[in-house]
Amino acid sequence: MSSVRVVLPYHLRTLAKVGDEVRVEVDGAITQRSVLTAVERAYPMLRGTMRDHVTQLRRPFLRFFACEEDLSLDSPDTELPKAVAEGKEPYLVVGAIAGG
Amino acid sequence: MSGVRVLVGTRKGAFILESDASRDVWTVDGPLFGGWEIYHMKGSPVDPDRIYASQSSGWFGQIIQRSNDGGKTWETMGNEFPYEGEAGTHQWYDGTPHPWEFKRVWHLEPSLSDPDTVYAGVEDAALFRTTDGGHTWHELPGLRRHGSGASWMPGAGGLGLHTIIQHPTNPKRLWIAISAAGVFRTDDGGASWEPANTGLTSKYMADPNATVGFCVHNLSLNPGNPERLYMQLHWNVMRSDNGADSWQLISGNLPSDFGFPVQVHAHDPETVYVVPIKSDSEHYPPDARLRVYRSRNAGKDWEALTKGLPQEHCYVNVLRDAMSADRLPSCGIYFGTTGGQVYMSPDSGDHWQAIARDLPAVLSVEAQTLP
Repeated sequence: MSSVRVVLPYHLRTLAKVGDEVRVEVDGAITQRSVLTAVERAYPMLRGTMRDHVTQLRRPFLRFFACEEDLSLDSPDTELPKAVAEGKEPYLVVGAIAGG
Repeated sequence: MSGVRVLVGTRKGAFILESDASRDVWTVDGPLFGGWEIYHMKGSPVDPDRIYASQSSGWFGQIIQRSNDGGKTWETMGNEFPYEGEAGTHQWYDGTPHPWEFKRVWHLEPSLSDPDTVYAGVEDAALFRTTDGGHTWHELPGLRRHGSGASWMPGAGGLGLHTIIQHPTNPKRLWIAISAAGVFRTDDGGASWEPANTGLTSKYMADPNATVGFCVHNLSLNPGNPERLYMQLHWNVMRSDNGADSWQLISGNLPSDFGFPVQVHAHDPETVYVVPIKSDSEHYPPDARLRVYRSRNAGKDWEALTKGLPQEHCYVNVLRDAMSADRLPSCGIYFGTTGGQVYMSPDSGDHWQAIARDLPAVLSVEAQTLP
């Protein structure tokens, strides 16, 4: 079990009623899929806001980052950097398309 | 009756306006869900403190919120709206088939008899229903699978199911309207649907005998006469006297027959309101004067209502779900504008005042008459 830090965009923080960063417990391999699933388990109101309910694909206006790398186009099952798995660096969900 | 609560959905959050029955002094609470589009909020007729809200964002998708205490606190509900079976295609703007894709909830219509049952009209057009207070939503697929579904084409704002009207005494009968497919009616509680567009015309439709494809903007019904419905069509204001079996033109002396909302008076099925707007793409009041038009004889003739409304340099629009009526003895009429004003008339339209100004663009207004 790993304790992974996740930074959510402002509107998802207000929706989940959390602060700048949350910690989620993740079993097994630390991947984007397992981390996002853990976030949705801990905060069910976020289901469907980061990934499509059915396809589980990233919502198009969001991007995923960690350790200064854009992971948005990576496979959701690729293991995240060791620093994320160890809780030294956060996994970032970013509202990436500017808008009014 | 103790007062009125007005639920205002805007481009950047929700606002709740409240007054006692005098409607003289209003409080403004908000923004709730700041930064999110609130397409629609509506309270249960059975329990006015049970309010449902459609919250959406291009970034994060659809959220459904529910309040059990008149909007003081909110709970996030289920936001999964799965089309039943194979989604199939509708017609895209260029005439090609386009996959049916859920985008957002345009309209929420709580049941007349059960606070846990709510209908949701969505884009791409379909009708959903929850019977567990918003936890889960299930499509009523008979509508989308009506034989004409593959030919439905979006209006400029999308293929939205925007209007849901329940028969006041027959729970099996519902009417819905879709831009730009038209009106459909069910008499078996939503299992099967038929188009109800006889009498509608559009100069842009090649087939004079078309039964679907009409850009209906809004419908309204007074429970005192459920056979009589009013319609704001893209152009033309229409009336049906037979439950939408057929429609007749009532645009009469309106300065423009284009507009978005139509609202019937709470106590008089003969009295109806529209807000004429210039078209095609201008979408502001004729002569830059904001005028509500009222007919007291079911559309035979119309009078301009102007007292308290801006009569120069006014370039706002009033969207289809942004007009409502309370049920106090002197019926109050409410509407919101894309300029962020919410106007109220406590005397059926004779006099108007702004009860909120400088809000984000108003998408929807629902007046609740509190016990």
